[in-house]
Amino acid sequence: MSGVSTGGYAPAPGAAPVGRMIAAQALLELRMALRHGEQLLLTVVIPTLLLVLFSAVDVVDVPPGPGGRVDFVAPGVLALAVLSTAFTGQAIATGFERRYGVLKRLGATPLPRWGLMTAKTAAVVGVIVLQVVLLGAVALALGWAPRGDPLAVALLLLLGTAACSGLGLLMAGTLRAEATLAAANLVFVLLLLGGGVVVPLERFPDAVRGVLEVLPVTALSDGLRAVLQGGAGVPWGEAGVLAAWAALALAAAARFFRWE
Amino acid sequence: MHEKAAVEVAGLVKRYGRTAAVDGLDLTVGHGSVTAVLGPNGAGKTTTVETCEGYRRPDDGTVRVLGLDPRADAAALRPRVGVMLQSGGVYPGVRAEEMLRHVARLHAHPLDVGALVERLGLGACGRTPYRRLSGGQQRRLALALAVVGRPEVVFLDEPTAGLDVQARRATWELVRELRADGVTCVLTTHFMDEAEELADAVAIVDAGRVIARGTPDELCRGGAENSLRFTGRPGLDLDSLLKALPPRTTAAEVAPGAYRLHGTVDPQLIATVTSWCAQNGVLPDRIAVERHTLEDVFLELTGKELRS
Repeated sequence: MSGVSTGGYAPAPGAAPVGRMIAAQALLELRMALRHGEQLLLTVVIPTLLLVLFSAVDVVDVPPGPGGRVDFVAPGVLALAVLSTAFTGQAIATGFERRYGVLKRLGATPLPRWGLMTAKTAAVVGVIVLQVVLLGAVALALGWAPRGDPLAVALLLLLGTAACSGLGLLMAGTLRAEATLAAANLVFVLLLLGGGVVVPLERFPDAVRGVLEVLPVTALSDGLRAVLQGGAGVPWGEAGVLAAWAALALAAAARFFRWE
Repeated sequence: MHEKAAVEVAGLVKRYGRTAAVDGLDLTVGHGSVTAVLGPNGAGKTTTVETCEGYRRPDDGTVRVLGLDPRADAAALRPRVGVMLQSGGVYPGVRAEEMLRHVARLHAHPLDVGALVERLGLGACGRTPYRRLSGGQQRRLALALAVVGRPEVVFLDEPTAGLDVQARRATWELVRELRADGVTCVLTTHFMDEAEELADAVAIVDAGRVIARGTPDELCRGGAENSLRFTGRPGLDLDSLLKALPPRTTAAEVAPGAYRLHGTVDPQLIATVTSWCAQNGVLPDRIAVERHTLEDVFLELTGKELRS
């Protein structure tokens, strides 16, 4: 009954350097996100279809502004891309990771929780960069003529990502996985229609508009449009709305997130 | 490493709502030993182990692993402890070997992943997504994940549940090799034979408490009543035999010429029986001690079957 000592299992515990752990985790999360068919539908296929459809076909009247239809649609679709990855995709994936005990198991590895969250954020940013490159290329092919300061665009995308991530993690960390799945998709569709993504806010009654304007995806699409279509500097109003959402949502997620 | 025991649980209480899942449990695990926590479903095994892993906060009592508090000293402890959850813990879409390589990368001196994959028979499914692995393959991957970081202590929660005989044997063999290399193993199980085969020490848990502890031998010898069987010529006068034996021993001729004694079967009792046979001119044929199993011990202690 006594086993043969092979020496192979002799204890040699130790954590890898924290930077290496986070990099490994971020790459794994990124591979998982890109491998997931349903998520790619949400993050790539739907935004691309909307971009092509609403730019090429006169589905809704766009408000008068510089450039063609694509110059109105492209910023909204970029905002939608952020929403799809940072909010919907992350909420669903994290909700099911929690349900399947992945977060629990990773909690027993040397990777600290903040490291896991950093890695998840890095993976989300990585996917969004890929989305922006892909959607930007499609938009350019459709005749898009972006204006404004690229740094202002990057700032808005970053704040929008933080706000959507916070909301997605708050949902994933508090609701059941199935509820998260349903709610995250519902919110995606509602914000797609009502968040100024492809349907101009001017189409909504004033009372509704006041509410819609403070939604994070509205602030992001309006802000991006002000820069990319209008050539404005940093739109501080929209940036402020996004920063407020980010602060609130991330604080609430940190407070209420349950790992199991 | 001057702490006395690898794992020290004292007076652990853990309540969920009003019910106490663990209710004053004590457990001491020696360095480099294999300890089996044995008990029926709902006995508090997983809660105990998960408190040692830092997942649960004790409502009362103390838990120390390698002398450290699993929650307060989590960062220091995590690299030194290997964890095999009872189920799940892996991304549904990740490939088996990919997950193992990933967890290896989180450690400073991991085991060779390729060798471990072969050792646990996961070679053929290394590129299979986790959700498509069989239950047994998922268990073996979970075991591999627990040991790949070369921990000092591993907690294995029902490591062989759902495994076929061959995979069970392979798991047992790995646990023996871990022990031979000085790794402390704490495993939960509701398989008696697993505890008897593997464990240096067994703690039988029921309703959140340890109701018996010891080596498998001690437990089977201890509180348990064993039987002695022998055959001889029919119609022996058992009353005269019983007069020579301790008071609570019973004897019966269960079939013509087939006798069974029931009681504390120790060397003294056997000597008394054989000398009584010699005095009566009986050749006790096919004399055999029937040892009780842990299953019997459990039944005697709790009045219920282990696997209900």
